[in-house]
Amino acid sequence: MAGAAIRTRELSKDYHVGFWRPRPYRALDRLSIEVAPGEVFGFLGPNGAGKTTTLKLLMQLVFPTSGDAEILGRPVGDVGVRRRIGYLPENPYFYDHLTAEELLDYYGRLFDMPSADRRTRVSATLDRVGIGAERRLALRKFSKGMLQRVGIAQALLNDPEVLFLDEPMSGLDPLGRRDVRALMLELRDQGRTIFFSSHILSDAEALCSQVAIVAKGRLAASGRLTELQEFAVQGWELVMSGVPAEALERVRGRARRVVTVAGGRYVIDLPPDGHPEDMLRELTSAGATLVSLTPVRETLEDVFVRRVAEMGEGARS
Amino acid sequence: MKAVRAVAAAVFLESVRDRVFYNLVLFAVLLIGASILIGQLTAGQDVKIIKDLGLAATSLFGLFIAIFVGINLVSKEVDRRSVYPLFAKPITRAQFILGKYAGLLLTLLANVVVMSVALYTVLFFLARGVPEGVQKAWDAPAMDPGLLVAIGMIYLELAVVTAVALFFSTYSSPMLSAVFTLGIYLVGQFNSDLKHFDTIVDSAPAIAIAKASYYLLPDFSRFDIKLQAVHGIHVSAGFIATTVGYAVAYIAALLFGAMVIFSRRDFK
Repeated sequence: MAGAAIRTRELSKDYHVGFWRPRPYRALDRLSIEVAPGEVFGFLGPNGAGKTTTLKLLMQLVFPTSGDAEILGRPVGDVGVRRRIGYLPENPYFYDHLTAEELLDYYGRLFDMPSADRRTRVSATLDRVGIGAERRLALRKFSKGMLQRVGIAQALLNDPEVLFLDEPMSGLDPLGRRDVRALMLELRDQGRTIFFSSHILSDAEALCSQVAIVAKGRLAASGRLTELQEFAVQGWELVMSGVPAEALERVRGRARRVVTVAGGRYVIDLPPDGHPEDMLRELTSAGATLVSLTPVRETLEDVFVRRVAEMGEGARS
Repeated sequence: MKAVRAVAAAVFLESVRDRVFYNLVLFAVLLIGASILIGQLTAGQDVKIIKDLGLAATSLFGLFIAIFVGINLVSKEVDRRSVYPLFAKPITRAQFILGKYAGLLLTLLANVVVMSVALYTVLFFLARGVPEGVQKAWDAPAMDPGLLVAIGMIYLELAVVTAVALFFSTYSSPMLSAVFTLGIYLVGQFNSDLKHFDTIVDSAPAIAIAKASYYLLPDFSRFDIKLQAVHGIHVSAGFIATTVGYAVAYIAALLFGAMVIFSRRDFK
């Protein structure tokens, strides 16, 4: 892909564990991903999968054992590229004795923002994340959710082209989550690239156009969300009412299961290749009425669990 | 340079808010209290004792700040992970180290300036009631500008101690950094003895180790001209110049080491 916003090639990271006889522990194993500009990219995986390690490698907080990574076509070590990105670490922590306003002013100086510009930008960014009069309080008095908002504010301060968000919903109440979700959609509509890690799959389902699933430091699956879900279609759920007994008996053999539910309705569970349209035609011609026909897709959660399990088996075999 | 300035300003602001300057109040109380007490007890020696006490307290209070703020400068940011959002901004790790160092130097400067003003104020009031004839018998006048040279040397020493603390804090825990820095400071006080170790022992390896230690460890005794200042003994410009050069070279080496180590460090 030419002009990828983010690209990693065979990126690996070993940590050394043990004091007397340190041995390498592979936190990330040959990760190759590409994120197109303007994409909302969900980087998913359970805790300890290597999500934060990947983000730290992209921010050069840790150095790769092998492989390399680029942001906006520049190597991650290029300080210049940091003018064009924003990063929210997981559970961000700032300086106890500075206020939110002073913190953002400090960061603004690092971006060489002129004083007047900085004031305006700091104020507007804090407004954007819903920090009001609290902006003049010392950060040590902030709740976890408020710190998360400050974290998002500092990531947005320089109007970045690419945003890296590590568990952005962490520590937020439902209202906060809704706000952040809305903010991410707004940023997506403005054409920003968003790379966000999460183990909360519903967030990814609501926001991402593309996902990568990592487990045990390895890429387990990646692609467009719709493709992954299509790949995971499990069957069809046909709900009918007024089905004559002999018609029901005829189709029972082709269904995985038939369940009688309240109101004389039947739920007919068909395999993925169960041709629901044929069965629907057959039952309606026998006098039954269609209540609903739903493709049974795996939720992202199911994909996630299955892929992680497959990885486990792969590792054992 | 702007990034270094921004970090330094943040360090200074944090220090002010973290009540680092509370020690100044303690210093002033100690100095004024001691001057009143000594004024009652001694005859003619009070100015000398106040100068002694004032310089020693300036050095000691500064040392506490240099070590205990210095060891936390970097390690606290790493432990609490406030470096994570910071290093996603356009700042290099070397600039961060320099900014941290400059910020603490600024904090120490503010401390030393206020302490010096307090010392001179106490000396001014002490000398006011003393007849001119008696004053002439003193080794040095109460408001001796030579004291400033000694204070300058104390500041220079604190700058080296800060660099040592910062160096250790780039890769070690605050506790270990404090132990190492304090250890280096204490050894550094007697470092000049190592230079002439060959006059005491015969063992060639021991002499070689002593010599190597002398050149490797800072010689803090060079910065101590408190005695000369109190007794009004002239300190040559050449000595001051070489001591400044020595401090600058030592600080530069430590900061360079700190930058190299910190630039390669993984933040796990």
